[in-house]
Amino acid sequence: MAVELPFEKPLVELRSKIEELKTFTEEKGIDVSSEVAELERKAQELMETIYKNLTPWQKVQIARHPERPTTLDYIQGICDDFVELHGDRSFRDDPAVVGGIARFDGYPITVVGTQKGKGTKDNLYRNFGMAHPEGYRKALRLMKQAEKFRRPLLCFVDTAGAYPGLGAEERGQGEAIARNIIEMAALRIPIVVVVTGEGGSGGALGLGVGDRVLMLEHAWYSVIAPESAATILWKDPALGQKAADVMRITAEDLHRFGIIDEILAEPFGGAQRNHAQMIATVKEAVARSFRDLMAIDYGALPDRRFDKYRRIGVYGEGMQ
Amino acid sequence: MLKDLFPKKKRYATISPPSTARDKSLEGIMNKCKRCGEILLSKELEKHLKTCPNCGYHFTMTAQERIAVTFDEGSFQAFTDSLVTENPLEFPDYLEKVEKAQSLTGMEEGVLSGIGTIAGYKAVAAVMDASFIMGSMGSVVGERLTRAVEQALDRRVPMIIFSVSGGARMQEGIFSLMQMAKVSAVLARLAARGGLYISVLTNPTTGGVTASFAMQGDLNLSEPGAIIGFAGRRVIEPMIRQKLPDEFQTSEFVLEHGMLDQVVHRKDMKSLLATVLSLHERGGRG
Ligand SMILES: [Zn+2]
Repeated sequence: MAVELPFEKPLVELRSKIEELKTFTEEKGIDVSSEVAELERKAQELMETIYKNLTPWQKVQIARHPERPTTLDYIQGICDDFVELHGDRSFRDDPAVVGGIARFDGYPITVVGTQKGKGTKDNLYRNFGMAHPEGYRKALRLMKQAEKFRRPLLCFVDTAGAYPGLGAEERGQGEAIARNIIEMAALRIPIVVVVTGEGGSGGALGLGVGDRVLMLEHAWYSVIAPESAATILWKDPALGQKAADVMRITAEDLHRFGIIDEILAEPFGGAQRNHAQMIATVKEAVARSFRDLMAIDYGALPDRRFDKYRRIGVYGEGMQ
Repeated sequence: MLKDLFPKKKRYATISPPSTARDKSLEGIMNKCKRCGEILLSKELEKHLKTCPNCGYHFTMTAQERIAVTFDEGSFQAFTDSLVTENPLEFPDYLEKVEKAQSLTGMEEGVLSGIGTIAGYKAVAAVMDASFIMGSMGSVVGERLTRAVEQALDRRVPMIIFSVSGGARMQEGIFSLMQMAKVSAVLARLAARGGLYISVLTNPTTGGVTASFAMQGDLNLSEPGAIIGFAGRRVIEPMIRQKLPDEFQTSEFVLEHGMLDQVVHRKDMKSLLATVLSLHERGGRG
């Protein structure tokens, strides 16, 4: 694996020892195949121990893995005839958000999502997937267009959060996200949201209101990134791990809470290890979700969506 | 119901009357203006609706004070409920923090709501209070706001939300975030039915509240010098490695950048609201 995560170190070390042993014994002409097999069995065991017991913080690291499929990988993997559309018609085109029209499962859809870069140069261009207001406004323009043509809407969410910057504030980051949330609540088309990696706060919710919200197994979704939570709670960003543990940010937690509708299983060890498998899983789940939603009268969808969000919240209710 | 998933731990907290620390400071005779340093007598400050007669600085108001200066005397009827904050994430020390805020403020949670008249015009209002865990939004705040908007829908009267918030209630994690969607969804319904919604953003309105209902008004109004923004200055400065100008994220700055309709001195807010309400009297509802 090209990029190893800190908690994968014992596994990586064991693997390189096995390789060393193989090379050494081959050179010397000694047969140690049974020893090698035993070590490989151990490596497999270790891998299972690690990946079957991932802590929330380890999942955060997997969710941020630079080799995970990006939104464009998913779009290109599950759609045909993707036509990318650019710009918010007001200020500029935000490369941190991509979108367009495409054919999915035989019918036209509109697809939008936050886009992380591949490598440093691309990441600088994509602003690490952190959108400016014009990114949210581009997405909204495409959403309204989808409604006009009665196309289902597919949203991919993978962002640490909306970009906190001077220009972003000047151009109304809060207003842009707020506008998307209220407009998405009212769209008379089916909306499926897939949280593929990071679901960072309002920046995620600005593309995240939907009839069905799906989330990848190792993705995280929270009111705030763990490091920022640690800064606020304990004035120490290094305590991100502790924050990840207490904030309940995993797909499992969110499914238990009824915030998301479905968890999409990742390939063993994470989506980054097998793009094709991950993309196939996403395709199947999205197709199934749209099939269900497209059977409903589109005019009834806003009320159904309202009921879905109306129920969210945990509180007691005593006697008056 | 989602809440049925969680063991109900009903707490019938006795509400201490609002006679504690906060009122004492109000009864204090002298107040120092945070901007110009002028020493102001409490009575004088009250007379000026808690603004500085010298420099115009707007002091923070409690939800109760805001209701008192906005609604016609004796007209405001509070909506009552028995919503109790719970701890869905089992976040360490959260309920203790809430109880402390309750005893400090005499409020059960960070928002009050009700119906009343403003110069004779009916309106439903929800008013947030900065002194309750920084006006942060948890499930109870979200539910109360939602119910208030539903009252506006049912009674076919305009909705006004006075926001003041540090943003999300972190201790409620994803539930806090989702209150943004919930309140937005009910406001979408109000909008679809032609209902008027006026948002008044007061000092400070930041984070998730700015990124949802506070910015969704048919009119977005604010007071002079109020801080309004999504990300805080302390988050942005290290990110962009430069110092932001003093006027950054003030209501005047936000007005200039096109996100607000007007910045109004507190003494003029009531009459402006009344005028706007009067202009919507036959608002295309129903
Ligand atoms: Zn002053």
